[in-house]
Amino acid sequence: MKDIQSIQEELIDEFSLFDDWMERYEHMISLGKNLPLIDPSLKTDDKLIKGCQSKVWLHSELKDGKVVFTADSDAIITKGIVAILVRVFSNQKPEDIVEADTKFIDEIGLKEHLSPTRANGLVSMLKQMKLYAVAYQAQLKQ
Amino acid sequence: MAFNIESIRADFPILQRQVNGKPLVYLDNAATSQKPQLVIDAIVDYYSNYNANIHRGVHSLSQEATDRYEEARQKIRQHFNIAKAHEVIFTSGTTHGINLVANGFATILGQGDEVIVSALEHHSNIVPWQMLCEKTGAELKVIPMTQEGTLDMAAYSALLSGNTKLVFVNHISNALGTINPIEDIIFKAHQVGAAVLIDGAQACSHIKPDLQALNVDFYVTSAHKMCGPTGVGILYGKEEWLNKLPPYQGGGEMIAEVSFEKTTYADLPHKFEAGTPNICGGIAFGTAIDYLNQIGFHAIEKHEHELLEYATKELLKIEGLKIYGTGTEKTSVISFNLEGIHPYDVGTILDKMGIAVRTGHHCAQPIMTFFNIPGTVRASLAFYNTKEEVDALVAGVRKAQQMLR
Ligand SMILES: Cc1ncc(COP(=O)(O)O)c(C=O)c1O
Repeated sequence: MKDIQSIQEELIDEFSLFDDWMERYEHMISLGKNLPLIDPSLKTDDKLIKGCQSKVWLHSELKDGKVVFTADSDAIITKGIVAILVRVFSNQKPEDIVEADTKFIDEIGLKEHLSPTRANGLVSMLKQMKLYAVAYQAQLKQ
Repeated sequence: MAFNIESIRADFPILQRQVNGKPLVYLDNAATSQKPQLVIDAIVDYYSNYNANIHRGVHSLSQEATDRYEEARQKIRQHFNIAKAHEVIFTSGTTHGINLVANGFATILGQGDEVIVSALEHHSNIVPWQMLCEKTGAELKVIPMTQEGTLDMAAYSALLSGNTKLVFVNHISNALGTINPIEDIIFKAHQVGAAVLIDGAQACSHIKPDLQALNVDFYVTSAHKMCGPTGVGILYGKEEWLNKLPPYQGGGEMIAEVSFEKTTYADLPHKFEAGTPNICGGIAFGTAIDYLNQIGFHAIEKHEHELLEYATKELLKIEGLKIYGTGTEKTSVISFNLEGIHPYDVGTILDKMGIAVRTGHHCAQPIMTFFNIPGTVRASLAFYNTKEEVDALVAGVRKAQQMLR
């Protein structure tokens, strides 16, 4: 399994192929469409991250010392970014998730979507991913 | 004056700018309007030349600022055909005005009393009244809406009774653009002895209400929706009602005499104007009203109506596009969704093309719940918008649909 850093670099390369916003968005939308569907039984209110406009569901599990995230959104562009975050952070060790930065989001030109004032729930999703990782980290140390 | 769209657009510096590398197409006028140079100049002039606190100084500058502020109050009085200048209370906006009245009614209402709201309201015209009902034990009743997004007037009549003390409804719905039959609402409320507050936040940029003819008890609005600055608005109240209500906030300006034993309150309008007001904002609000009248509300209504008809017709040509708010009486607001596509996605793509619309629930969640949707895309047009901008919107929506489908 690749580490967080190399997945981020892979994404930066992938997005550098596009020279206008439309292609970038089309790619993001297709990533969203290809995100494996979350088990509908997991789309419960306690997994819901309220973002005012678009909803994000996030579920996590610890498997063999790694955090596995599954997620969904009702808006496709949001879902595209959800898919990117899942690709970067899922199947990673809790401590790596806790320490990782998210500068790659700027570099692939999607910064505006992770602005705290954008009502799409992504900032809260990222925060929640880190919180889960912190919790699993504590659990593993016991 | 002839309606000349080119020269009107030239009055608004912001309309010349680009967003995301494209000419700005500003279709979020229901959230706030843009400001003409005249209004911007009035703000600069105030701070450059006669900034002083009002109603208190003996010095000339203070007198000058006071005179200009009171002139603005007179302009507002005239514009809305209000009988007396002291029936115009300066507020920070619609929300402030509603809270002021709701707070006042806390001393009037009690168990067994009923108040009526409509299903078409902005949260600003719901939450303060819910708080009032919690405080007083009065009961909140709701006028239901129809599938067209209009009020069910038969149901309204049935809700009214001798227990009804207050009715509060918006003049125009911000989420759907529906113009409510407020004449009828006011008339029927008065027949059972209830007072009426009309939330005019969305109306006053499109029409010029005659408040004496409407015979309304309270009317609130915000300057920022009418080409004026943010943070200022008015509450109109009939003199007898304003005398009946207790002050909202205590402080300077609103008192006659203060001692630790007893304070007596100032006369209207000062009783409701505690603290240093938004002096500059009030004056610039007056300038904005002058500007709108110079263009003329007949010309504004005519142009906006043409834009609304054109935009509705063109948007409906898009397959799978559904408009919410289809009553015959509506203003230049189009709330819509594309089948199977989230409004947030459409708004994001439009933004990339320089087109500013609002997406979401528009602070009117009960309406979205009624239609069982997460929100809508809302294009709200002003007198400075053009057919070409409508074309840009339609092309943008088509593009978004193609990308998102
Ligand atoms: C119908 C309606 N009521 C009230 C408000 C609140 O106005 P303000 O935020 O200026 O107080 C708005 C603003 O969007 C509105 O559209």
